Amino acid sequence: MRITQGTFSYLPDFTDEQIQAQIQYCLNNNWPIAIEYTDDPHPRNVYWDMYGLPMFDIKDAVAIMQTLAECKATFPDQYIRISGYDRSLGRATTALQFIVQRPADEPGFYLDRQEVSDRQVRYTIRSHSVTRPRG
Amino acid sequence: MAGSNDGAPKSRWSSGVAPYVEMGYWDADYQPKDTDILCAFRLVPQEGVDPIEAAAAVAGESSTATWTVVWTDRLTAHEHFQAKAYRVDRVPGTDQYIAYIAYDIDLFEENSIANLTSSIIGNVFGFKALKSLRLEDMRIPPIYTKTFQGPPHGIVMEREFLNKFGRPLIGATTKPKLGLSARNYGRVVYEALRGGLDFVKDDENINSQPFMRWRDRFLFCMEAVNKAAAVTGEVKGHYLNVTAGTMEQMYERAEFAKELGSVIIMIDLTIGYTAIQSMAAWCRKNSVILHLHRAGHSTYTRQKTHGISFRVISKWMRLSGVDHIHAGTVVGKLEGDPNSVQGFYATLRESKVAINPVQGLYFEQDWGSMPGVFPVASGGIHAGQIHQLLHLLGEDVVMQFGGGTIGHPDGIAEGAAANRVAIEAMIQARNEGRDYLNEGPEILERAAKWSPSLAKALEIWKDITFDYASTDTPDAVVTPS
Repeated sequence: MRITQGTFSYLPDFTDEQIQAQIQYCLNNNWPIAIEYTDDPHPRNVYWDMYGLPMFDIKDAVAIMQTLAECKATFPDQYIRISGYDRSLGRATTALQFIVQRPADEPGFYLDRQEVSDRQVRYTIRSHSVTRPRG
Repeated sequence: MAGSNDGAPKSRWSSGVAPYVEMGYWDADYQPKDTDILCAFRLVPQEGVDPIEAAAAVAGESSTATWTVVWTDRLTAHEHFQAKAYRVDRVPGTDQYIAYIAYDIDLFEENSIANLTSSIIGNVFGFKALKSLRLEDMRIPPIYTKTFQGPPHGIVMEREFLNKFGRPLIGATTKPKLGLSARNYGRVVYEALRGGLDFVKDDENINSQPFMRWRDRFLFCMEAVNKAAAVTGEVKGHYLNVTAGTMEQMYERAEFAKELGSVIIMIDLTIGYTAIQSMAAWCRKNSVILHLHRAGHSTYTRQKTHGISFRVISKWMRLSGVDHIHAGTVVGKLEGDPNSVQGFYATLRESKVAINPVQGLYFEQDWGSMPGVFPVASGGIHAGQIHQLLHLLGEDVVMQFGGGTIGHPDGIAEGAAANRVAIEAMIQARNEGRDYLNEGPEILERAAKWSPSLAKALEIWKDITFDYASTDTPDAVVTPS
């Protein structure tokens, strides 16, 4: 399966040049870039691990691409996403977020159904990466 | 309107009928206070009726006055409570006038759209001395907006809750809107969500009919939503319409939707202002997003000379507290002049809205920290129009492609994917600095080369447009320079 979180998951995976263009768009808007990674992309796993702090002071897309390359080398089998953050009054939220690396084989999720009374079902989504970890 | 004063001049307090102008409802020198509620009315007086007297009459009847002098006014600080018409402008080339009226804040109960509207649109629209009357816009001061809850979540909170950033949200309304069994209905929901939509929606008239009762629909739809979330890894939602005949039934349906884990419920505008405010409070309390379908609004918003502009309804609904409201598409099948629609969107989304005659905005509006409402563009839109929709409506919008998803020749999931590919490709191009409005068709064609779903959608709907003159347009027009 292919998880489709993020702004561009329905497009073919971006080249480095295309990733850098999106980073440049964020920097042009004064949105600092953050890099995060995880092995558990559960739809409710909000807090992926931060690869360092958000890069508030780095305005150079090439330097950010270097940091991204380091992150990819350190975590070659994990999901990695990039976010642009808008701190302006009334927003103070993520403005753009997209996945830039996926594991070669995405394990996906299992939908657990617990049948309860009057035809109701309690649904739980479980990440295969957590219930059946590799290795 | 008041009869003439026969014979000798009367004092303000002589019994009988006096012109509203002379009773204090017209003050050309009035300087509106920052705390006043201001209204702009479009009025057409009957033949022979002075427009200033007509404006004063509207001010009078929407505040303290009745048709004749009453001595009991003298028991009150009447100057304070009287609304004041302070400006009347003729609309060039027509028999219409724009009347500006100021209302003191003390005339209104806090946190009550019902009270606000019972005053301002309560009686005056039936005045015999007017041919027609339309409430064009209102300036609602922060001292009054602060008494309302506002949207239960707002745009920012909803995006954080759904984990969806940087692009319009996309959805579809289940079709056919009436007649599907609950099980088949859920199939449409599942296919559309797994294909790539964020939301599917009940239509306004899907409540609890004999062919599909509400509880059955909710159960099948939540199976569809959860299964789609598991196969995509995304948060998905279906607007479960809880509209019903009584508040008790609506609360029962909303509680059940919450119990099943739905992130969102839906109501219709037809339930009334007080019911909307009650459901908004329920949604804030229970962390459920609230979608509003503006069912019925065109009966009073569409005609330019009588009724209420949708920009006013937008303000009332932002105050009442909804997270989504249908606000027009411009390019789709329903009424929507581009400039007027952009004025509605600004009213719903921005913190401070400036006067903009081209967009029909008569007043500044300061929303303070009240969250923005997601405008929803729905009705006859398709993937081939994405560049125009993004240009006209921006990023903080829910675009709904009902027929444009379900009518796809290869199936509902393929229709959903076509829409999602189109929006993501257009956002990518925009962010890369492309002139996406003019290059839009080319950007879509290129994406269609690797997306057969999009290729099929473009082929089938490429020539579909709804090109009719709008009935509701601002008076001001942009002069080409």
